[in-house]
Amino acid sequence: MPADIKQRRIRISGGRVIDPANKVDTIQDVFVAGGEIAALGQVPDGFTVDEEIDASNQIVCPGLIDVCARLREPGQEYKATIASESRAAASGGITTLCCPPDTNPVIDTPAVTEFIRLRAEAAGKARIVTLAALTQGLNGEQLSEMAALKKAGCVGVSNAMQPLLNPLVQRRALEYAATYDLTVFLYPNDHWLANKGCAHEGRVATRLGLLGIPEAAETAAVARDLAIIEQTGVRAHFCRLTTGRAVQMLARAQFDGAPVTADVATPYLYLSEVDISEFDSQCHLLPPLRTVEDRQRLRDALQSGTLSAICSDHQPHEADAKLRPFPATEPGISGLDSLLPLSLQLVEERAIELTDLIHRLTAGPAKILGLPYGTLAVGATADICVFHPELTWQLDTGTIQSRGHNTPFMGREFKGRVTHTLLAGNRVYSLD
Amino acid sequence: MSRDSLQIDDNGQLRHFLSISGLNRQLLNDILDTAESFTGVTEQTVKKVPLLRGKTIVNLFFEASTRTRTTFELAAKRLSADVLNINITQSSASKGETLLDTLRNLEAMHVDMFVVRHADSGAAHFIASNVAPHVSVINAGDGRHSHPTQAMLDMFTIRRVKGPDFGRLRVAIVGDIMHSRVARSQIHALNLLNTGEVRIVAPKTLIPAHAESLGTHVFHDLQEGIRDVDVIIMLRLQRERMQGALLPSEHEYFELYGLTEDKLAYSSPDVTVMHPGPINRGVEMDSEVADGPRSVILEQVTHGIAVRMAVMSMAMSPREAPVEQPHAS
Repeated sequence: MPADIKQRRIRISGGRVIDPANKVDTIQDVFVAGGEIAALGQVPDGFTVDEEIDASNQIVCPGLIDVCARLREPGQEYKATIASESRAAASGGITTLCCPPDTNPVIDTPAVTEFIRLRAEAAGKARIVTLAALTQGLNGEQLSEMAALKKAGCVGVSNAMQPLLNPLVQRRALEYAATYDLTVFLYPNDHWLANKGCAHEGRVATRLGLLGIPEAAETAAVARDLAIIEQTGVRAHFCRLTTGRAVQMLARAQFDGAPVTADVATPYLYLSEVDISEFDSQCHLLPPLRTVEDRQRLRDALQSGTLSAICSDHQPHEADAKLRPFPATEPGISGLDSLLPLSLQLVEERAIELTDLIHRLTAGPAKILGLPYGTLAVGATADICVFHPELTWQLDTGTIQSRGHNTPFMGREFKGRVTHTLLAGNRVYSLD
Repeated sequence: MSRDSLQIDDNGQLRHFLSISGLNRQLLNDILDTAESFTGVTEQTVKKVPLLRGKTIVNLFFEASTRTRTTFELAAKRLSADVLNINITQSSASKGETLLDTLRNLEAMHVDMFVVRHADSGAAHFIASNVAPHVSVINAGDGRHSHPTQAMLDMFTIRRVKGPDFGRLRVAIVGDIMHSRVARSQIHALNLLNTGEVRIVAPKTLIPAHAESLGTHVFHDLQEGIRDVDVIIMLRLQRERMQGALLPSEHEYFELYGLTEDKLAYSSPDVTVMHPGPINRGVEMDSEVADGPRSVILEQVTHGIAVRMAVMSMAMSPREAPVEQPHAS
């Protein structure tokens, strides 16, 4: 970005500023200079406004942080690219995306991390941080060069959806990660119990004759993971908990002082196994959509803070990926466009307070990723999302920004729309 | 799209035949009545009616089948349709052509109906959602989901033997419910026809989660499960169930769940024994039972033709009644 733009001084005026990290919720102006938050409320001495954003009747909050978004680059550019998806992120008020290591090639060398960083910089629409592979090629056998990958900028390590079949390898991988103060991001799913299933083992899978993934695939993995986490003392994060029982196990471990956090993805807060209806492949997710009761318990845990982040679990696909018989379709939802509007619906349904919700989209994920963003503190990087909470719009092929159109929310009317996104003080999105 | 609107058109007529669930009792009875009218045809010396003359029916089988494919072929020929059998084995499907491409190519040859068997649950539903509006799809078995023509021929057989009042019947389905598309369809059909009681009998490893939600009573003991029942449907046990740690051995299975003359004494004295075939003699049942007076296993096969004729003619007729023929009823 040219320096003169970077130095632009912006006043965001008249908005309701919600900054959960600093317990701020008041109508005031926000002043941005030099890519940072210069002041809140009072005009700083000698501040001249280059640009004014009228935020009256709108909400001003830190730029959203998405702990899991697949951008499909490198390796699957026919699905999406870093450029296309960071543009979608900006239009959704998301300023930081965390990309898991299951790209092709896998993020197990500093070169791949560097490639992603350069592509993100070239796109210039969102900050992209990466998780490094826990094992080489995610093979579950040999440790990756975690220290070098951390030095290259990776914010944590993960084996993504690939199984760590051998508990001894897992123990050593977690110990090694702990040595270098790396957070381990775990996808709790027992490979054998999941048994190549494609839906929750429950009424719907039974009716449709789909191979089921039992609740125990998640809880057995969480139990094993927690045992090894407690043994090694590593800081760990559970990605995408889907069952009420696993959430209960997590809450217990947190109560006992284990250094564990967890997130939930938006689809699991709105959908359940029932939405598969008659083989709707847009509802083919891994881990699978669970029961209506599980969904309620996820909402409760989000409200209580046991689950400290909401993510999109963005998985854009080309149309063909979903045009097959249900079990043969590729799992996942394109979620960047609907992250904020779906989350806001939780407030509408009185499942969570607005400030708590914004915490789960900003300060919560920032803490999980160990990043200094998700705050509007004076001196902090000016990542800002301005949204109109009452503006209604429809998600359709005309409005969706992600290249992946695979979402069961296509055609859905949403309330709440991002109007401006600032990334380090630069305006990266404005609604016309 | 709901299955109802996919299977049934605005006039309540059959458009595709994908699964029993989503249909209604009236339609099931229509199918059975129509099949009844076709049984005469199959017993004549000239076994043909011209209902589907000039129509092209493709038997599209992605999974091996002898009995089902043959009876579909015979049914189509007796309706005077042109029949094309296409067997797409796993290996040629893996050459890269997607299911949708295969479909589009066949559609380009002006096919009127697909009879589909596929290893994936939901395949027939997927195909029906993606074919041209004038094409009908008949499900000949999709994964573990549905095998509706088999269920209808079983209902037809029960009705012929026991009469039309299903309300007074107790029916037990014995065996591998978990992996069986036949069982799922039978359970739906029996419940739609108001059967007095539908039981399923198997060890827990072969019963799907929440099986009672399908409308069944679950039993793990054969003698209790078949006590006083009027109909016993035995399911085929696949050999590979032994490898998946679902069962210890065929021997133990036969000891516990195999049907013998001795065990039959627990059921109603005029019990009828059915099996969708092919039978593993000495695994699911004794030869004595399979070939005995209570068995209607071969009648089931014969009825398969009439029932498939019924379904094919009904799915084809509503949108395009044959022009040169008197109106078919």
